[in-house]
Amino acid sequence: MLELEFMRLAFAVGAVVGVLAPAVGFFLVERRQSLVGDGLGHVAFAGVATGYLLGVSPVLTALVFAVAGALAIEWLRAHGGAAGDQALALVFYTGIALGVVLVSSAGRLDVNLFEFLFGSILSVTWGDFWLVLALGLGSLAAIAILYRGLVGAVLDEEGTRVAGVRVGLLNTIVAVLAALTIGISMRVVGILLIAALMALPVLAAQRVAWSLRSTLGLAMGIGLGSVTCGLALSYYGDLAPGGTIVLLAAGAFVVAALAGALPRAR
Amino acid sequence: MHVASTVPAVELERVSFAYRGGPPALEDVSLTVEPGAFVAIAGPNGGGKTTLLRLVLGLERPRAGSVRVFGLPPGARAAPRVAYLAQRAQLASGTPVTVREIVEAGRLAVRGPLGPLRADDRRAVARAIDRVGLAQRAGSPLRSLSGGMQQRAFIARALAAEPALLALDEPTTGVDATAQESLARLLADLRQELGVTILYVSHEFGAVEHVVSRLVLVRGSVVFDGEPASLPAVWHDPSHVHRL
Repeated sequence: MLELEFMRLAFAVGAVVGVLAPAVGFFLVERRQSLVGDGLGHVAFAGVATGYLLGVSPVLTALVFAVAGALAIEWLRAHGGAAGDQALALVFYTGIALGVVLVSSAGRLDVNLFEFLFGSILSVTWGDFWLVLALGLGSLAAIAILYRGLVGAVLDEEGTRVAGVRVGLLNTIVAVLAALTIGISMRVVGILLIAALMALPVLAAQRVAWSLRSTLGLAMGIGLGSVTCGLALSYYGDLAPGGTIVLLAAGAFVVAALAGALPRAR
Repeated sequence: MHVASTVPAVELERVSFAYRGGPPALEDVSLTVEPGAFVAIAGPNGGGKTTLLRLVLGLERPRAGSVRVFGLPPGARAAPRVAYLAQRAQLASGTPVTVREIVEAGRLAVRGPLGPLRADDRRAVARAIDRVGLAQRAGSPLRSLSGGMQQRAFIARALAAEPALLALDEPTTGVDATAQESLARLLADLRQELGVTILYVSHEFGAVEHVVSRLVLVRGSVVFDGEPASLPAVWHDPSHVHRL
């Protein structure tokens, strides 16, 4: 399998996404914003459609749209008087509606569009790999540097604000990191499934973890395991990689939930 | 942590406030708290006591009047550190988090949000955990502790911030009477040993009545302000205190 260049590229890109998606998703899940990734994925869909319409890179336009959507959600949540789910609903539905209109205008309701919706990791290029690596490492570095502040905002947003930390800025950074993660993960699991890779490993890790750090570490491990095992399974079983990866992450949740329940059953 | 100053720790001058679209929550409130005081702020639910605390913390801005904390607007960068302990129910989620991780968050006020903790931060965290009697449980998940012990972990987080002002909002919610007594003694000790100013907001003040230096009752405005012993007997009747 690894003698094939496209598989080596798939594993390399998948490894970065497998680690990054749960790392960013951790802060969304802990803030009870698990569905933000889903909402931003739909905004990214509008970005892909815009890329097709303008004849520019759909990945680039998806990134721009996702970041703009993330900033809009955060602004509405903080200043617009909208609750978290209301802000998400506004951006979510506007994004998907805009995407549908733009795709039909561009006349691109075709196989290429489906590659973004459901992933096409076996067609990634070296250019994709370097983009994913640069943005992925940059995002992980940002999380490492801001970890204490991000955790403080998760544990007690107002207490952290009183401590003099600019919580609004941290929240915006998390939203932008989520948008970047979605943008660079589209080719791996697709717009419709990326939110699952951000949330499911974290939900699984929560069931067996004993601390915040162990939750984050386990989630990244489960994400990485889901992607690498999913790619191998999809290669040998001729399955859709994105769906296989997410199903493995869902399976990890079931196993973790059972393992987490064992001590209580004794 | 101790602030040796004649500047009041908290000063509200003719403060009025209303939440957006709502009736006035506070009207024409003036209040001065000296450094090192232990003040209980009590009153009925909806009476404005939590709003008063949020104004002091800079989480809300007054519609009229002014708020000063150690002579500066709330949240001013140069101001002495303030630690806030929100209602426990809002803090304790199902998240797997250890006592040490909770307390480490207190160092945000000292170290800021960038980079890892240093050796002196870790020592301060250990001291704070030890101070509340949880040294043996530092690595334990918070959810494995009793309500009273969880509350001590949050107190330790506040102590790790080395605050000049400690603000607590309904800290005894969901905590049994023994733990309430224990918490009251701990706060009194902290005030005496560290000189920290304490604002203790609660809908009832029985747990701390014997340790606070001053009691303020709030019902949209300040309706009583003095030593607990001078509180008219009728105010001890819960039905009176809780009536809006």
